[in-house]
Amino acid sequence: MAHSHDDHHHDNELDPMAARVRALETILTQKGLIDPAAIDVIVETYETKVGPRNGARVVAKAWCDQAFADWLIKDATAAIASLGHTGRQGEHMQAVFNGGDTHNLVVCTLCSCYPWSVLGLPPVWYKSPPYRSKAVIDPRGVLEEFGVTLPPDTKIRVWDSTAELRYLVVPLRPAGTDGWSEERLAELVTRDSMIGTGLALAPEAA
Amino acid sequence: MSRHDGAPRTALPPGLDEPVFSEPWQAEAFALVVALHERGLFSWDEWATALSTEVKKPGVALDGSDYYDCWLRALETLLAEKGAAAPTDVDRLAAAWQRAAHATPHGKPILLENDPRNLKP
Repeated sequence: MAHSHDDHHHDNELDPMAARVRALETILTQKGLIDPAAIDVIVETYETKVGPRNGARVVAKAWCDQAFADWLIKDATAAIASLGHTGRQGEHMQAVFNGGDTHNLVVCTLCSCYPWSVLGLPPVWYKSPPYRSKAVIDPRGVLEEFGVTLPPDTKIRVWDSTAELRYLVVPLRPAGTDGWSEERLAELVTRDSMIGTGLALAPEAA
Repeated sequence: MSRHDGAPRTALPPGLDEPVFSEPWQAEAFALVVALHERGLFSWDEWATALSTEVKKPGVALDGSDYYDCWLRALETLLAEKGAAAPTDVDRLAAAWQRAAHATPHGKPILLENDPRNLKP
């Protein structure tokens, strides 16, 4: 090294996990199984481009366009793909609509299956063991932890995602939003409302 | 559900949330799985099963904070099963990367060639 400093205490360190990932990248690149540039593109896509705004657009469109809503009920994979959001794992999508007497809640008890194409990557709590177990056993209690209290006669349906089938909750359209544009409505659609741990925002809260 | 301090989560506007990855290696490990699946090295079902095995092991963090640790272990297991990356090779190269990092002056890119033992992969 041409420029070594005698007071050099700022060595780089790689923690063990980071070093293992580098090791895997080295091996897989040498074997031609990955292209490092493609890895960078995937990281960038999921860090910046894919997120719950995709799902919010789907929900807002379903609120405004009955034909689209019908399509979403019949074939969510195709309806969502028509807006440019396609799953990379070839998974199927099912849209579950909240109604006056039914609230839908999504979980993955297996691991962390999640509709990436419309919601991005799952939040930390979605992947946590307590959520994964409690959502099935005590969905009403889970909702209360999220600050959502439903009328006692509202039924809660819990949908357990799999590697092949992922769910998108279509929350109820908030009252007082007649005549709103899809863009404006999409602002009311939170990520949690599309998992079922929240409701769409009321107009005054947005 | 560690992240509840009583404030309703719905107060957050859509799209604003905690960063998806807390450290760069997590993003890289994530992308490796996506890329290898797209290349056909394993099916998504195989991946979900491997990940499920890890996240259901005793001792995983209740707040999901070690999720990408599980993710990486699942990937290593699957790659070993597929004969794509032998655990001994991963161990050897990971150690080489750590030595290389240590030998690289701050601010310079860490390259495997910087490993003083110059261990060829």
